[in-house]
Amino acid sequence: MLSFIARRLGLLIPTFFGVTLLTFALIRMIPGDPVEVMMGERRVDPQMHAQAMERLGLNKPLYAQYLDYIGNLAQGDLGQSLRTRESVWSEFLTLFPATLELSLAALLFAGSLGLIAGVIAALKRGSLFDHGVMGISLAGYSMPIFWWGLLLIMFFSVWLGWTPVSGRIDLLYDIPPVTGFMLIDSLLSEEPGAFVDALRHLILPAIVLGTIPLAVIARMTRSAMLEVLREDYVRTARAKGLSPARVVFVHGLRNALIPVLTVFGLQVGALLAGAVLTETIFSWPGIGKWLIESIGARDYPVVQNGILLIACLVILVNFVVDILYGLANPRIRHQK
Amino acid sequence: MSLLDIKNLSVRFGDANAVPVVDGLDLSVAKGEVLAIVGESGSGKSVTMLALMGLIDAPGIVSADSLQFDGTDMLRLKGRQRRHIVGKDLSMVFQDPMTALNPSFTVGFQIEEVLRQHLGLKGKAARQRALQLLERVEIPAAASRLDAYPHQLSGGMSQRVAIAMAIAAEPKLLIADEPTTALDVTIQAQIMELLLDLQREQDMALVLITHDLAVVAETAQRVCVMYAGQAVEIGQVPQLFDAPTHPYTEALLKAIPEHSLGARRLASLPGIVPGRYDRPHGCLLAPRCPYAQPRCSAQRPALEAHERGAMRCYFPLNLTAEVV
Repeated sequence: MLSFIARRLGLLIPTFFGVTLLTFALIRMIPGDPVEVMMGERRVDPQMHAQAMERLGLNKPLYAQYLDYIGNLAQGDLGQSLRTRESVWSEFLTLFPATLELSLAALLFAGSLGLIAGVIAALKRGSLFDHGVMGISLAGYSMPIFWWGLLLIMFFSVWLGWTPVSGRIDLLYDIPPVTGFMLIDSLLSEEPGAFVDALRHLILPAIVLGTIPLAVIARMTRSAMLEVLREDYVRTARAKGLSPARVVFVHGLRNALIPVLTVFGLQVGALLAGAVLTETIFSWPGIGKWLIESIGARDYPVVQNGILLIACLVILVNFVVDILYGLANPRIRHQK
Repeated sequence: MSLLDIKNLSVRFGDANAVPVVDGLDLSVAKGEVLAIVGESGSGKSVTMLALMGLIDAPGIVSADSLQFDGTDMLRLKGRQRRHIVGKDLSMVFQDPMTALNPSFTVGFQIEEVLRQHLGLKGKAARQRALQLLERVEIPAAASRLDAYPHQLSGGMSQRVAIAMAIAAEPKLLIADEPTTALDVTIQAQIMELLLDLQREQDMALVLITHDLAVVAETAQRVCVMYAGQAVEIGQVPQLFDAPTHPYTEALLKAIPEHSLGARRLASLPGIVPGRYDRPHGCLLAPRCPYAQPRCSAQRPALEAHERGAMRCYFPLNLTAEVV
């Protein structure tokens, strides 16, 4: 187990350098620079422009800029936003809980519904329900997130008026950030109606963000379950006189969960990518929206390090999933 | 009264007109008896017993006049009532022990599950009983095996665990579906011995499904020979081996390698088992039978009782009194 962890940590190093190099290069390939964006539409005075660039250290050759960047990283310095002068790390910490809350809600939605739909589809293979679930999940998987989000806003928020259009909570409420999770903070604030309002704000973005993972999990659960139900040990379980529910949910699902768990882990990466779009559509103040705005402003430090932090997060989650995988599958756990 | 009495059992896959995999089978097993069912692959041996256990799924169709077990007609039982019997009074050991145990649960868990389901044993009591069962099936270091996962056990060991699970609730009838086919030859004898020990000790009936006529000769009291879904001969063990009445039984016995010592080829019947499209109108063996007469292909013979058992042939061998 220790060597497994060491190997995984060793893999982090090349990934880490790859991400820094990629973000460093990509953001500089976009035409324009931070100073131009800050100066706005007006024609920039070349001399002022040069001065500003020198002040920001952006006049140095690219390799020197990269070395500066890596040198700062090595000292644990993620730099400051060029726009707000705030440190990237503190901005990340402020905004991340919003994204985490949204992602967890989306995973909860996708995981619970996907497992149930997948199991039922497998049990009723070839039925209308099965075809329905598989058809809908294919559609869900193929749907561009931004379009799907706009459709839902139009339907539920504009026509039906059931949910708010954007944000995390109504501006009427002044919720002091304690945990950063609006659902928890709104409960702590003891303001009447705040929790329900936060929940109503969360539902639609969570559904939009959870749609693709939901589709993947439902399909994966169905196929894993179909395979497992054909296994001899399921017949053995039935021959013991166990109830059908116990056969399916204990003997079947426990084994079907193993491949589903892997997919679940991979979806976390997709989820953070999806969060960028979802947060933009719903004006959700999380790191996705933060990154989009920073790219627009050519806020180099924020883009570089924000993406780096997300990459580390994805790696961390997959690492945790790998460990969970061992817990779910005794055949892997016992390998020395 | 017999413990198990199957009357006119048919199993089809597909619709009611599909060729039956088991075709009008009558079979009975007495209390404490060892019955062997022999026949080649696809002759319907396992399917018969799976039908009794209620383990045939759609598109399989099970029909019978009755499936009487211990005074209950299994065919008329619904879900919950059936599950009170299956796994308790009527249990089964399967062919491949390496796939028959659930890889995600410990051996102890899988045995305790039966104890909880049928005997209401929980916690320490269940664990204690599971340990006794593992010791009873002669698993070495049984206490440490309770927490082992199936992939940590050998094939023979896994089969012992499967047997422990099957006898956990002291069944009246144990069905062993080729319990040794997937095992090493040296282990095969041990497993057979274990099954027979348990059978004697608990006075339970044992139905042994097998290809191995040598095993039948050593263990069973009665044999049912199946061919293409039908019972062609049922008889007591020494007599059936000494003087088979059905030509198929005779051919099976001739095909035992020891009977062909010195010969260059094993004796065998020409042709293959009839399939879906070439199922004969008359006797199913007629196209391959060395003794076939015109009558055999015209009309299908019924299973007729005689002084030593029953057979399905118009021209039986080795019978003194003509039955037809």
